[in-house]
Amino acid sequence: MAVTSETLAQVKSVADDGYKHGFVTEIEMERSTKGLSEDTVRFISARKNEPKWLLEWRLKAYRHWLTMSEPQWAKVSFPPIDYQDSYYYAAPKSDSDRPKSLDEVDPKLLETYEKLGIPLLEQEMLAGVAVDAVFDSVSVATTYKKKLGEMGIIFCSFSEAVQDHPELVRQYLGSVVPYADNKHATLNSAVFTDGSFVYIPKGVRCPMELSTYFRINAENTGQFERTLIIADAGSYVSYLEGCTAPQRDEHQLHAAVVELVALDDAEIKYSTVQNWYPGDEEGRGGIYNFVTKRGACRGRNSKIAWTQVETGSAITWKYPSCLLIGDNSAGEFYSVAITANRQQADTGTKMIHIGRNTTSTIISKGIAAGRADQTYRGQVKIMASAEGARNFTQCDSLLIGDQCGAHTVPYIETSNPTARVEHEATTSRISDDQLFYCMQRGLSAEEAVSVIVNGFCKEVMRTLPMEFAVEAQKLIGISLEGSVG
Amino acid sequence: MPLLEINGLHATVDGKPILKGIDLTIEAGEVHAIMGPNGSGKSTLSYVLAGREGYEVTAGEVRYDGENLLEMAADERARAGLFLAFQYPVEISGVAGTTFLKAALNAVRGHRGDSPLDAMQFLKYVRQKAGALNITDDMLRRPLNVGFSGGEKKRNEVLQMAVLEPKLAILDETDSGLDIDALKLVAGGVNALRASDRSLLVITHYQRLLDYIVPDHVHILADGLIVRSGGKSLALELEEKGYGAFVGAEAA
Repeated sequence: MAVTSETLAQVKSVADDGYKHGFVTEIEMERSTKGLSEDTVRFISARKNEPKWLLEWRLKAYRHWLTMSEPQWAKVSFPPIDYQDSYYYAAPKSDSDRPKSLDEVDPKLLETYEKLGIPLLEQEMLAGVAVDAVFDSVSVATTYKKKLGEMGIIFCSFSEAVQDHPELVRQYLGSVVPYADNKHATLNSAVFTDGSFVYIPKGVRCPMELSTYFRINAENTGQFERTLIIADAGSYVSYLEGCTAPQRDEHQLHAAVVELVALDDAEIKYSTVQNWYPGDEEGRGGIYNFVTKRGACRGRNSKIAWTQVETGSAITWKYPSCLLIGDNSAGEFYSVAITANRQQADTGTKMIHIGRNTTSTIISKGIAAGRADQTYRGQVKIMASAEGARNFTQCDSLLIGDQCGAHTVPYIETSNPTARVEHEATTSRISDDQLFYCMQRGLSAEEAVSVIVNGFCKEVMRTLPMEFAVEAQKLIGISLEGSVG
Repeated sequence: MPLLEINGLHATVDGKPILKGIDLTIEAGEVHAIMGPNGSGKSTLSYVLAGREGYEVTAGEVRYDGENLLEMAADERARAGLFLAFQYPVEISGVAGTTFLKAALNAVRGHRGDSPLDAMQFLKYVRQKAGALNITDDMLRRPLNVGFSGGEKKRNEVLQMAVLEPKLAILDETDSGLDIDALKLVAGGVNALRASDRSLLVITHYQRLLDYIVPDHVHILADGLIVRSGGKSLALELEEKGYGAFVGAEAA
C-alpha cells in the first residue's frame, strides 16, 4: 500500500542512520501453558506488569465468560471451538521457526503480494520471514510519536498506555463495550494481549491518518487485540486499521474489541481493511474473525464514522456500532463485504439513537461469489428520548454465480413518533450480458468483474482515505479472482 | 491476405441451426453491408464472430488477420481489434463510462504493446473523440448506458469504437431506433473512422443507413445463407423489390 511503502522507505532510512540506537534486543519469553484458566489470566497480567485493578477486571471477565454461551443468532456455521486447545500468551517465534527466505513461503501468497505491488522488504515482514534488524519499527514510531506528542496526542500500544496513562485507560476501558457484553468480547477482556491506544486532546485535529502500520506491534497481538480511542471535545482523528495484504496468522480465532469515545463536537473516522487468511477453497484453515466494535457519541454534535472493507477470514462476525447519546450526534457505517469460495460473513451495524436529533447513515454493499454465504444484519433503534432522530439505510447485494447467498436482516425499532427511518435494499447479479459486453471491449472476465464490483462499491470506497482506497480497489479485484469463467 | 475470411460457417443456438454455410471475405479497408429480414441470422453472425457463449459453431472456419478466430476467447478477439457495436448496449450501473472505457482502452493498448494511459491522458484523448459525436463530459461520467436514450446508447457505441480504433468493426443494427438527426450523427462518426487499414461490417434491415455509410459490397442474408452479393446498387434493388424476391428466388 502506498502509505506503507512510504513508511517503509522512511523506516529504512531511519533504521539505516540510527541503527545502533534503534536496535531492539529480543527477549525470549516463555509461553503460558496451554488452555484457559484463572492462571492464564494472571500469567498474562503479570507478564505485562499490570496494576491490580486491571487484573481484577480481567478476572471478573474470565469468571463471567465461564457462564456464557456463544451468540447463536448469526447465520454462520462452524464446529465448536475448543478453547482449551490454544495458547493465550506466547513469545514471538524464534528465528529458527520462521521461513528463512521468501523461497519457503506459499507461492500463492507471494503472487498476491506481487499483484498488490508490495515491496520485497514488506513482503518478507508480512510472510513472517526472519528479517534482519533493518526493519526497525521502534525508530519510526519514535519519529511520529515526537511530532504527535508536541500536540498532546497519545498514540501508543495498549500495554504502554496501561503503564504511562493508567488514569485514562481506567476511566474508559470497558465503558463502551462492557466486559460482559458478549462471549467473544468477554474472552477478549480476560486475555487481551495488546492493541492500540489513542487520545486526542481538546480542540486538536490530528494532522495525519493514524495507522496501526506506523506502530508495528510485537507479534501475536493480533489474536485478542484491544483498541481504545478517545477524542476529547472538539477534536478530530482518522484511524486506519489493517492492511490490504493477506496476513498469515497461526491462530484461528480472532476476537478483537474496539472502543471509541467521542466527546462534544469531536469526530472519529475509523477505517478498516480486513484481509485475514480466508482458508483454502474449502475454507479449511481460515481465520474466525469475531470482532466487537462500538463507538459512543457521548458529546453534543459528536460524530463517529465506521468504514470497513472486509474481504478475508473464513468467518466474519462483526457489527461496528454507534451509541448516539449526545444531542445532534451522528453515526455512519459504510461497508463493503466480499465473500468467495466457502467464506461466511454475518456483518452489519447497530445504530442506537438516544439523544435528540441524532442521525445515522448506513450504506452496506455485499458481494457474494462461489459458494459463499453473506448476511447483512443491522439494527436501528430509536429510543423514546430520541426526539427528531433520523436514519437512512441502504443495503445492496451483488451475486456472482448461482451457488452463493446474500441475506438482509434489518431490525428496526422506534419508540419515538417523530423518528424517520428509511430502509432501501436491492439484490442484483452480474449478468452474462454484462460480462460479454465488457469482454467484447477487451477486458478479461476477471477485469470485468473487478470493474463492475468496484462500481457497485463506489459509494463506500470514496469514504476511505485516498491511499487506502486505491489499494482496496485492487484488493477487491484480487479477492474475486477465479469466481467467474 | 484478407482481414476476415469466413468459409462454410455453420452455427447453432440451443441446438437449432441458424447459420447454414456462410462464405464471406472482407479485405482491409472495405465496407460490407449485410441485409436481411428478421430471423435470417444477422445478429447470430455478429455474435459468432465476437465469440459469445451459447453460439456454437458446428462447421466451417473463420480466419481473422491470419489467425484462427474461432480458437480465440471473446476478450482476445476484442484486444486483437475486433469490435462489435451492440444492437442493445448493456447497462452497467455504478460504473462511469470513462472508467469502463479507460480500462478497455488500456487492455487493448497492452495487447498492442503500448503503455497504458493515465487518467489525464485518457481524458484528453476521449474528449477529443467525444466532441465529434456531440457527447458531453456529463454523459461520459454517467454510469455506462444507464438511463441513456436509444440515440445516446448508439452514439456511445460509436465513441467506444473511435476510442478503441479496431481493425474490424461490426455494427449490429446501429441504425435501429434512431431518428434522422441521430442517424446522421452516428453515420458521420462511423465515416470518420473509415481507413485503409480498417474494415466495417454493417448489419442492417434498411437501405436508409447505407445512404450515409456507403458500402463497397452488399450481401443479402436469408435463412442462414448469403443468397446474393453485389455492389451498393443491390441495396437499392432490395429496397425496391423487398426481401421476398430474393428469398423466394433462392427457395425456387
